[in-house]
Amino acid sequence: MRAAAVAMHGISKSFSGVRVLDSVDFELRSGEIHALVGGNGAGKSTLMKILVGIYAPDEGTFDVEGRRVVVRSPYDAREAGIGMVFQEFSLIPTLTVAQNVFLTREARGRAGMIDDRRSERQARELFRRMGVDIDPRRPLDELPTVHWQLTEIAKALSQDARVLIMDEPTAALAKAETEQLFQLLRRLKAQGIAIVYISHRMEEVFEICDRITVLRDGRRVLTDDAANLTMQRVIDQIVGRKVEQAMEWKERHVSPGADMLLEVRRLVSSTKLRGIDLQLRRGEILGLAGLMGSGRSELARAIFGIDRIDSGEILIGGRPVTIRSPEDAIDAGVALIPEDRRAQGLVLDHTVRENFLLPLLGRISWSGFVDDRGGERLVEAFVNRLSIRLRSIDQPIRLLSGGNQQKVVIAKWLGVEPRILIMDEPTAGVDIGTKGEIVTMIRAFAEAGNGVLVISSELPELLAVSDRILIIRDGRVERELARSEIRNEEQLHHAVQGIAT
Amino acid sequence: MTTERAISVPLRRVRLLRAFRGFDWRQYIVYIAFALVFLYFSITLHDSGFLTSTNLLNILRATATISIMAVAMSFVIGAAQIDLSVGATAGLASVTTAMTIQDHGIAAGIAVGLLTGVVVGAINGALVAVFAIPSFLVTLGMLGVAHGTAMWVTNTEPQPILNDTYNEAFGSGDLGPIPSLVVWTLAAVAIGHVVLRKTSYGRRVLATGGNAIAARFSGVDTRRITFLVLTLMGLTAGIAGMLYAGRLQSGRFQWGEGDELSVIAAVILGGTSLFGGRASVIGSLLGSVMIGLINNGLILAGLESSQQEIVRGGIIVVAVALARRK
Repeated sequence: MRAAAVAMHGISKSFSGVRVLDSVDFELRSGEIHALVGGNGAGKSTLMKILVGIYAPDEGTFDVEGRRVVVRSPYDAREAGIGMVFQEFSLIPTLTVAQNVFLTREARGRAGMIDDRRSERQARELFRRMGVDIDPRRPLDELPTVHWQLTEIAKALSQDARVLIMDEPTAALAKAETEQLFQLLRRLKAQGIAIVYISHRMEEVFEICDRITVLRDGRRVLTDDAANLTMQRVIDQIVGRKVEQAMEWKERHVSPGADMLLEVRRLVSSTKLRGIDLQLRRGEILGLAGLMGSGRSELARAIFGIDRIDSGEILIGGRPVTIRSPEDAIDAGVALIPEDRRAQGLVLDHTVRENFLLPLLGRISWSGFVDDRGGERLVEAFVNRLSIRLRSIDQPIRLLSGGNQQKVVIAKWLGVEPRILIMDEPTAGVDIGTKGEIVTMIRAFAEAGNGVLVISSELPELLAVSDRILIIRDGRVERELARSEIRNEEQLHHAVQGIAT
Repeated sequence: MTTERAISVPLRRVRLLRAFRGFDWRQYIVYIAFALVFLYFSITLHDSGFLTSTNLLNILRATATISIMAVAMSFVIGAAQIDLSVGATAGLASVTTAMTIQDHGIAAGIAVGLLTGVVVGAINGALVAVFAIPSFLVTLGMLGVAHGTAMWVTNTEPQPILNDTYNEAFGSGDLGPIPSLVVWTLAAVAIGHVVLRKTSYGRRVLATGGNAIAARFSGVDTRRITFLVLTLMGLTAGIAGMLYAGRLQSGRFQWGEGDELSVIAAVILGGTSLFGGRASVIGSLLGSVMIGLINNGLILAGLESSQQEIVRGGIIVVAVALARRK
C-alpha cells in the first residue's frame, strides 16, 4: 500500500494548562476525502492548525508521504504540500482573484516587476483544470462567497498542495453552490489529492466523504470507512451519549382559537418581499423555509424594522403597529436573533455580561446609572437556565465556543421578555448537543404563550420545532404546510425546491 | 427570425444599461473633481491669470512637499496604518540639514537630513510593528517629540542655509524650464507608482492593509511590511523637510507644521481607502494638486486666509464623502 499522504502520531497540545488534544493519531490517504467531525471544542480546528503549522504540537510527530517532516510555520506546511482552505477566508478582499491566488508568488516580467497579465493567464488555466468559470481579473469583494472559496482552493492548488483542509466549506453556500463544490472535490480526489473535510452537517459528510474520524474532548474516538457507519452511530460518538430526542418532532397542541399574536398582511419591501401574508398564534412555532435569496431573512429584517416597509400591514396582538426601527420592534415585543452572530449578534471583544445586558441597559439603570449587582443576578440566572458553559461572566465572549456564543445571543433576547421571537438560522455552526438544547429552549419559550418564527436552511431542524411551515419563494408565501402533513424530510425538501409532490 | 431580433434589441439595451450602471464612478471621483475644479477656475479666474504657465507651475511648486509625502502616505494608509508625525519630521529634518550644512558642508547636510527622516520613521515603525502600539498613538506622540526637538536644538531660531548648490538642487532652482521641486515630485510619483503596482513589496503592502491575518497566512511578513512603510514614510518626510529648507533657504521648526492633515486629505481624496487594502499614488498626486488648485484659486479670487480655510475644509469633506466606498 502507498504511504499515507499525511500520518500524524500521538499529537498533544495544551493551551494555558488545558489539554485540547490528547495523543491523537490521524491518517489521511492520497485521493480520499476524510471527514473530521466532533462537537465544538473537540479539537478539530486545533489539530488542523497544527497540521498547517499555525500551532506547534507539545508532543507527537508527523509524516508527509512517508517522510518525517517538522512543520513550524505555515510556510513549512506549504513546502510540504499542505494547503488549508480556511473557514475565515484567508483572502484579501481588495485584491483581484489572480492577485490573491498568487500572493507572494507573483509571476515576474521584465526587471523583476510583477506581471499581472501572466498571473491572470495562469489563474485562468488553473480554473479551467478545476472546471470552474471565474474571471481572474475581478476584485474579490465584487464576487459571491462561493467564488472566494474556489479562489482559495485555486490558491492552495497553485502551490502544488497534495493535501487540502476544508473547514465548514459549505456554511455560506446555497444548495446549488454546494453541489458545484462537491463536484470539484470529487475531481480533485480523482487527481490523487487528499482532502480533510470538517463539517457539522452529517448529510454532507456521508454524501462526500470516504472515511470519517470523530474527535471528542481532544481524543480520537473513531476512524472508519463511511460505508461501515451510520449517521446515528457517528452522532452518538460525537456526543458521547445517546442524543436526547430533542431533534425529534413532538406534536404540540396549539388551539386554533388561541389569540392571534402576529399578523402580516401583504408586506412589500424593496424587491425582496412582494406581498407576504402570515399569521402566528400564541404558543405557536412557525417555520419559514426557502432557498437562499427567497426573502426569508428579509422578512425577518422587515418585521424587526431594519429594512424599510414599502406597503402592507403588521398587526401585533390584533392592533396595527408601525415599526420603523429595531427600537419600535422591541417596544412592540419583537426580538430578532440574527443570522450572523459574530457580525450582527455580539460585540465579540466585550464580556458575556456586557453583551447580555446591552438591550437591557434601560431596564437596569436608574437615572442613567447601571445597577451592576442587579445586572449580575440577571446574567447569572440566564447562564444557569440555559446552561451556558463559561469560566466567568466577565470573560470576553469571543473565547466561548460557537454553541455557547449562540446561547448568549438567545439569552440576551429572552432577557428582554419578547412576545415574538424571530430566529434566523439559530443553530448555524453549533454542535449537535447544543442544537438539541436550543430546540428545547424554543419549545419552552412557545409553551409559555409566546410565538416563534424560525428561519432555517436545515430542514431537520425546521421539522423538529415547527407546528406549521411556510415555503417562501421569490418574496411570496408559496405554500403552507401543517407539520402533521409532512411525512419526511424529502417531502419538505421537494417543497422548498418547488417540485410538486 | 423577426421575433429573435425583436428580443435581442431590448436585451442589448439592458446590457448596455447594466454596463453603465456597473461603472464605478466613485473610483474616478478625484479625476472628475479635479477636472471640474480646474475647469471652473479656468473660466471664472481667467482674467486673474489662473491659466498662465507661471501660475500653474507655481501651484505644482507650492504643493511639491505635500505631493511627495502623499506618495509615501499612500503606502502607509494602504497598509491600514497612519502617520501623523510627517509634518513635524519634515520640520526637524530641515533644521538638522541646515545646521549640518553650516558646520560640515553640503554632503554631510544631505546625509544627516536623510538620516533624520529614517531614524524617526524607524522608531515609529518599530513601536508599531514590534510592540503593536497603534500607529495613531505612536505617531501622535512622535509629532510632539520631533517638533519639540526641532525647537530645542535651534532655540526656536531659524537656521540659514548659505550654500547655493544645495538651495538650487533642493527647491529654488530649475532644470531647464522645469522647477527642481516639480522634478522631485515627478520622480517621487513615478517611483511610488511603479513600486505600488509592479513590485511584490507594493502588493504585500496592500495585502497587509486589506486583511492582515490573511496576508500572514499567505506568507507575508506583515510586521516587516508595517515597519518598512513607516520607515520609508519617515525618509520621505525627511526629504520633504530638506526641500522646505532649500526653497526657503533655511531650516526652521515651523516648516511642515500641519502638513499631516493636507497629506492625509490628499491621499484619501485620491481614492486610497482609509481602511487599507486599496491605494493609488497617481490619485494621491491629483488629490494634492487639487488642494493646491483650490488654495491658489481662492487666493486669486481674493478671499481672506480665514475664508480660504473654511472653503478648503468644506470641499475636502464633500469630496472625501463622495469618494468613500460603501
